[in-house]
Amino acid sequence: MRQMAQETPAGDLRLADLTKRFGVFTAVDDLSLTVPQGAFFALLGASGCGKTTTLRMIAGLEAPTSGQVLLGDRDITGLRPYRRPVNTVFQSYALFPHLDIHENVAFGLRRRGIRQVGDQVERMLALVQLQGYGRRRPAQLSGGQQQRVALARALINHPQVLLLDEPLGALDLKLRRQMQIELKRIQTEVGITFVHVTHDQEEAMTMADTVAVMNAGRIEQLGAPADIYEYPATAFVANFLGQSNLLAGEAGGHAGDEVLVTAHGARFSVPADRARLVDGPAFLGVRPEKLHLAGGPDDVPAGHQHVGGVVTDASYVGVSTQYLVRTAWGSELSAFTANSGLGGRLAVGTPVTAHWDPRHAFLLPRAGGEDDQTTPLLDEPPVGAVS
Amino acid sequence: MTALAHVPTAGGSPAPPPPVRRGRGRLLPYLLLLPGAAWLLVFFALPLLQLAAASLYDPAGSLSTGYAMTWAVGNYPDALQAYWPQFLRSFLYSAIALVLALLMGYPLAYAIAQKAGRWKNLLLVAVVAPMFTSFLVRTLAWKTILSDNGALVGLLRDVHLLGPDGRLLATPVAVVLGLTYNFLPFLVLPLYASLERLDPRLLEAASDLYASPLRAFGRVTLPLSMPGLIAGTLLFFIPATGDYINAELLGTPNEYMIGNVIDSAFLVRLDYPQGAALSFLLMAAILAIVFVYLRKAGTEEVL
Repeated sequence: MRQMAQETPAGDLRLADLTKRFGVFTAVDDLSLTVPQGAFFALLGASGCGKTTTLRMIAGLEAPTSGQVLLGDRDITGLRPYRRPVNTVFQSYALFPHLDIHENVAFGLRRRGIRQVGDQVERMLALVQLQGYGRRRPAQLSGGQQQRVALARALINHPQVLLLDEPLGALDLKLRRQMQIELKRIQTEVGITFVHVTHDQEEAMTMADTVAVMNAGRIEQLGAPADIYEYPATAFVANFLGQSNLLAGEAGGHAGDEVLVTAHGARFSVPADRARLVDGPAFLGVRPEKLHLAGGPDDVPAGHQHVGGVVTDASYVGVSTQYLVRTAWGSELSAFTANSGLGGRLAVGTPVTAHWDPRHAFLLPRAGGEDDQTTPLLDEPPVGAVS
Repeated sequence: MTALAHVPTAGGSPAPPPPVRRGRGRLLPYLLLLPGAAWLLVFFALPLLQLAAASLYDPAGSLSTGYAMTWAVGNYPDALQAYWPQFLRSFLYSAIALVLALLMGYPLAYAIAQKAGRWKNLLLVAVVAPMFTSFLVRTLAWKTILSDNGALVGLLRDVHLLGPDGRLLATPVAVVLGLTYNFLPFLVLPLYASLERLDPRLLEAASDLYASPLRAFGRVTLPLSMPGLIAGTLLFFIPATGDYINAELLGTPNEYMIGNVIDSAFLVRLDYPQGAALSFLLMAAILAIVFVYLRKAGTEEVL
């Protein structure tokens, strides 16, 4: 038996030390990851982070500078795109304008010499809920319908891996939510490995089993959406996936099951299993929805840690109220309070004590010069707050 | 209800524009058409009618004695019988030239549109630049290029593609080459316009969907360039078929095309009825070919 076959079951998509350089610019930097067969995998990152380049290398539309793309134990790095069992849903959809919907969907089957395509096309159009649209041209369809044709055109080939390049980017918010649910349903139904590239953190979190957060050509963190959100690995992830309050401090070693941190003259601690480091410059992080506001130090529940401050801004966003609290040392923290009807709203200027359960905090490595970080209010809606 | 509906208007908003203006607005497009239409009438439709009449004059007449209108329909079969070889030759030469031009022009247009990058405009200028000199001068230049003492003939003789006494000038090859060269830009420019709009992402999609480069060309590039291809082939074929300068300068009477015959009928032999009949026969033949071609190529299938 070959060793590789034992290590990876057939069908897993593996990228091994994949690198792509354009001139002096490194788009993808020594990237390695495994996407299990049948997974819904999201590559999440800001534009220019190398996620689309990674996707194009899997599709064969871009040749890697070095590294390998493997499907099961088969090396497909050198394979031309039309020989790969991989299909793509393009960001622009790239539907053939001179062919009707039926022929667009049948394109892949016909190229592989399959004559009887009618039934398959009909079934696929039914799957994406476009029965009866076969004779129309792409230009006669709405954006959402075109998107579904692009999906049907790729899925009909039963690829081992389906690549989705920001497929929902051109749709409006409501349609996007609808298509997210649709895509997830279809993926469960057909059981094909989906690799989904997106810059929309909410899209990645609601759809994918596994999310890889990419930054500057590398993977910053990989894991289940909830795990990444609850315990980010780096300051970049903490800020990119949801929002975070990051206090600049110094980690000061173990004390029992806890790691001690000093920040701005105060002492805090986090559980050892929520600390990415034990010594040196660190960020003490708390998510805004886990930061609670109390009237004074006396109102803080036992076991919670706290900092004092003054409310400088309050934004009512319906489901929650978002506060900015200025600390004694001048930086601001954001705190989201659910508008559950319990407790009143705080006016700007109110002195408050912000407190949190240390089990919800996390400790991240910090580069020497970096100061406190908080995501500005209303820059992006918090996860789950708006739909 | 009616009373309510009237209130806002009576209340002070200005009355709707009088219907007279609307009528004038409807006339405006026709007024704009008028200069062009008048031009076409005076300089195209009327001369065409005159030519049609001339083609039916009594062939026994002459310029000096004048022509009698005898509805001589026989002029047409007579002209065809006398000059069918030149007719056939016209279509044969321009068809061969079209094939040559397509073989050169399609890759050229594709390269300029899709691959030229920042050289695109320069290459386009290079395609159009020869048109800045006169058609006649360009064809005369070809006479030099193809001449018996020229470098090209010398080279072809050296590699034995031509016999020791072989020549290019005054052969059908020279005429076809001249036609190919002179009308190439008319083929390349519309093709370029079509191919320039071709989204390269469609080719990536085709490749992603199991189409080899050759299949992707046949299924995506070619159908999407059809509007340019149709326009280009027509713009090439129609003037090339009626051309007489290339045959005149690069060929001999053995290579004369129908254009040369019409030229001589009007200007040398002064046989107006025959010249007019030949002109109409040429026009009818081209129209028939274009009609069949468009039906076959199917503009409807093209966006």
